[in-house]
Amino acid sequence: MQVPILKQGAYLIATVQSALTDDDLKQLRDTLVVSVSKVRSRGVIVDVTALDVIDSFATRTLRDVAHMIRLRGAETVIVGIQPEVAFSMVKLGLSLEGIATSLDLEEGLAYLDRKGKRSGPEVGDQR
Amino acid sequence: MIARARDPAPRWAISADDVRVPIDRDADIVAARQKGRELAARCGFPTTDLAVIATAISELARNIVRYALHGEIVLKLVEENGRRGIEVVASDDGPGIPDLTRAMQDGYSTSGSLGLGLPGTRRLMDDFEIASDFGKGTKVTVRRWKR
Repeated sequence: MQVPILKQGAYLIATVQSALTDDDLKQLRDTLVVSVSKVRSRGVIVDVTALDVIDSFATRTLRDVAHMIRLRGAETVIVGIQPEVAFSMVKLGLSLEGIATSLDLEEGLAYLDRKGKRSGPEVGDQR
Repeated sequence: MIARARDPAPRWAISADDVRVPIDRDADIVAARQKGRELAARCGFPTTDLAVIATAISELARNIVRYALHGEIVLKLVEENGRRGIEVVASDDGPGIPDLTRAMQDGYSTSGSLGLGLPGTRRLMDDFEIASDFGKGTKVTVRRWKR
């Protein structure tokens, strides 16, 4: 299951449409890391509203995406984590510490806009 | 209630809905958790529990793919003392777990993963049993009961 990635202004938006296998997740990670510089994006949004499970592998991969993209000079926001998914993640012991998350796509875009207005990237910014 | 407690009723009234999912590759992890979610939904679990159960199945199935290469997950609805629940049995004939005590600790992993699979699954579910014979395989049985 490929994840469509759309370019909207200075941002890339990856919208997960259905359950992803581990290979799908790895592919998404690799594609995003390459695309972000190809289109000179300032920010990446990964919309996981459609995911009914975010387990340890998915969490680790999302975390890797955010860290890799930060190393490429852009910001990542994970948006749309469902309440029951958040509950399960916390129970399992997972966190996305240091990674920006937003309620939905709109909030995610607003977050990236705010980030972009500030003068340059903050070093070691761990929200 | 007292009379009932004295009845040596069978511990499990196993329904006919056993679902067996062979676990051999990546995509089977998704299949197993989706089947588990469907079965739990049929049992009437609330949405939060469905996510919890599906997440636990995902972790158990991934352990099979990662450490044993193949095995299976058997899902069934169970009943005990009038309460209903779902049972998930994940078994494989892989190498087994040499050190179960450490495998149950948060953050311990021999594969570079986060090391949360087994301890996390125990936290997600109500019952957790694990048996592992070094060199013969591993069997994890978990249950979650409807509140």
